[in-house]
This record gives sequence, structure tokens and C-alpha cells, in this order.
Amino acid sequence: MSHDHDHDNELDPFAARVRALETILTQKGLIDPAAIDVIVDTYETKIGPRNGAKVVAKAWVDPDFAALLKRDATVAIGSLGYTGRQGEHMQAVFNTVDTHNLVVCTLCSCYPWSVLGLPPVWYKAPPYRSRAVIDPRGVLEEFGLTLPATTKIRVWDSTAELRYLVVPTRPKGTEDWSEERLADLVTRDAMIGTELAGAPK
Amino acid sequence: MNGPQDLGGQMGFGPVAPEKDEPYFHAAWERRALGVTLCAGAMGAWNIDESRHARESLHPADYYASSYYEIWIKALETLLKRHGFVSDRDLVAGKAVDPAAAPKRVLKAENVLAVLATGGPCDRPIATPARFKAGDLVQTKNFHPTGHTRLPRYARGKQGAVEAVRDGFVFPDTNAHGQGENPQWVYTVVFEGAEIWGEGADPTLTVSIDAWESYLEPA
Repeated sequence: MSHDHDHDNELDPFAARVRALETILTQKGLIDPAAIDVIVDTYETKIGPRNGAKVVAKAWVDPDFAALLKRDATVAIGSLGYTGRQGEHMQAVFNTVDTHNLVVCTLCSCYPWSVLGLPPVWYKAPPYRSRAVIDPRGVLEEFGLTLPATTKIRVWDSTAELRYLVVPTRPKGTEDWSEERLADLVTRDAMIGTELAGAPK
Repeated sequence: MNGPQDLGGQMGFGPVAPEKDEPYFHAAWERRALGVTLCAGAMGAWNIDESRHARESLHPADYYASSYYEIWIKALETLLKRHGFVSDRDLVAGKAVDPAAAPKRVLKAENVLAVLATGGPCDRPIATPARFKAGDLVQTKNFHPTGHTRLPRYARGKQGAVEAVRDGFVFPDTNAHGQGENPQWVYTVVFEGAEIWGEGADPTLTVSIDAWESYLEPA
């Protein structure tokens, strides 16, 4: 649980270290603390996986949009208003009945912020970054996903500035669903590739 | 560099630990760490490649013992000192003691949304035609530079196929060290699992990387 008290005598050493850095930079006029507030609010309340879910749902119902998403994901995603930092150069990769896509950044934690928000801790941590490329099936099992032995697995290591969004397959039984309702089936992890889009409830 | 960040294929870190309904931040200081890092980057004294290199230059024992926001802050201190914005005396005192270098700009609250919405595109026009095309077989270089590179160790000296020619992009290996953007074509190169992992590799696995042109030779 987060610890939101700001009394100095309660700060753990790392919190104190960050506080000191912010203080020094603010006193020198190098940063605006109010800018930090806006950044945090943006990534805590405005930019998150709902963005990506809307992209996926639209691709499921609109073949023209899906084609554009395949051809130029940056433009397609930008047309829904999702642009910017860590989403400047987007690629959408589509799961099929034969092939499952999984995204990782083995070298740091590259992640499509504009459509998924800030990455979860596990995405940035060594277990996932080390094993996704060598043992993806073992990793997927840890997310509760067992793929058929015949399913091909394609792992995308984000080593450059392209950011990848997995478009999961549309669940069966959703043929007459609205885009909005479909978006509720698309989880963050489904767009990383560590799970499938949810079954209709 | 063959640093602690180059994790593909490493073993011994244990299982992935997905957290149900994970919050974006696990402590109040992480919020400030994100914001301070982005605001400091917005001063324009370093680029994303120098920033990544500062993180991967942490001692491996320190890197692996740190959470990602801790890595960010430790690297940020290095960058701020390197570029003359913060001194050791400032850090010891916990307040501004020494004067600072002049930043190119200071990110103000009212400009944050516009700056985030623009981001920092890294594509650049390239005058020369791409050396490779989709379908070409290529061999990645086997090199071990002491500076920054984005060719992971597991993908060095391997044969793969060009799947797509992307755009021209800033070359991190020089850009991280103040040696210029030197943009190159970037390609998505796909490898069979067995080419990378050999005996016992998952036969259904293919792995791709995005590789700058100078990482590649014709196979």
C-alpha cells in the first residue's frame, strides 16, 4: 500500500533521496514542482490501457481501421487522439489462430505509454525481461495462459524506438457487441501478449 | 556494453510475479521520481540514449538490487552531476549549495500536456537507400563495444531474416555519447528460436529485434 505521508521524519532513505533531488532542482529554478504534479496526474488518471483497449475494439469492428492499424499504427492510433511520449513510433501486431505475439524489452523497459500507460513492475523486472525471449511458454504459464503446443510464438524485443501493441483475437460469441462493450474485454496484459482477450461474461 | 541491463536469456531471477490490480505507483516517492526524471530530461542537456546508458552503467550488483524507479533516480543523479546541474555538495546538504549550469529550457506546468503529447520522435530522414529489403538474410555482428549499444548479446553473430524495413532512426551507439545522431535505417530482423538458443529451443519460437543497419551484414 502506498505511503502518502510527507513528514520528513517518516521518510525512508530512498524517499528522502528523491525529496532532496526535487528540492535542489527546484531551488535552482531547474524544475517546476507543479509540472511534476501534472505529469503524475496524467499518467495516473488519464493515460492508461483503456486507450489501447479502444484501439483494439475499433480494429475488431472496423476492417478499414484494422487495415490502417496494420499499415501505419502511429497514424491509426493518432486518429483516436492517442499520441506522444513513448508512442511516437507504433507498430500493431495481430494475433491469429496460428500465432501468438508477446512483447518485451530485454534491454530496459520500452513500452507503449501512449496506449498502455506506465508499465507494470513485472514488465520492468529481470524475471520477465530475461525469460520472455528464451522461455515464453514458461512465462505465459505464470500468467495462467497455456497455449496449444502447435501455436507459434513470436516474441518482439523492443530494442529500438518502435513500440509494440498486440492486437488479440476477438473472443467468440461477441459478434453483435458494440465497440464500447468489446473494449471491456481487452486487458493491458492482452495487449502485451501475456494473456488473451477476455471471454464474454 | 555488456552490462546488467542486457537480460535476454539470463537465468536465476525466478518466476515473474504479476500483481493483480497493480497500482501505477507503489510509494509516494515513485510519483515524484517519475516527474523529476521527466522534468530534468526536459532541460535538454541529455537525450534518451545517454539516459539509458547512465542506467545500465550502474554497478551490476546495484542494478539488480534496485527497483526501476531507484535505477532512474541513481542514473539521474549521475546525469545531473555530469552536466553541471547538481554537485556532490548539493546532494550531501540536501539543498542547493553550488550554482548550476543553465538549462536549455525549464518545463512549466502549463506546457506539460503539450510536451507529453508531442513526445520525442527519433525518426530522421536518410539520404541513402536502405541496404537491405524485406526477405533478405542477414548476419548480426559479433561485437562487444564498451559503450552503449542496442544489439543484445543473445542476438549477436546470428543469422536472421529482414522482415521489415522501418525508418531512419537516431543511432543510439553514438548519440548516447555526445557523438551525434548519425541516423541509420532500422530493420525488424527475425530469428528462429534454434538459431539463438540452439539445442532444446522451443521449435515454435521466433524472436525479432529492431536492428540498426550497421549491426547487420549480408548473410
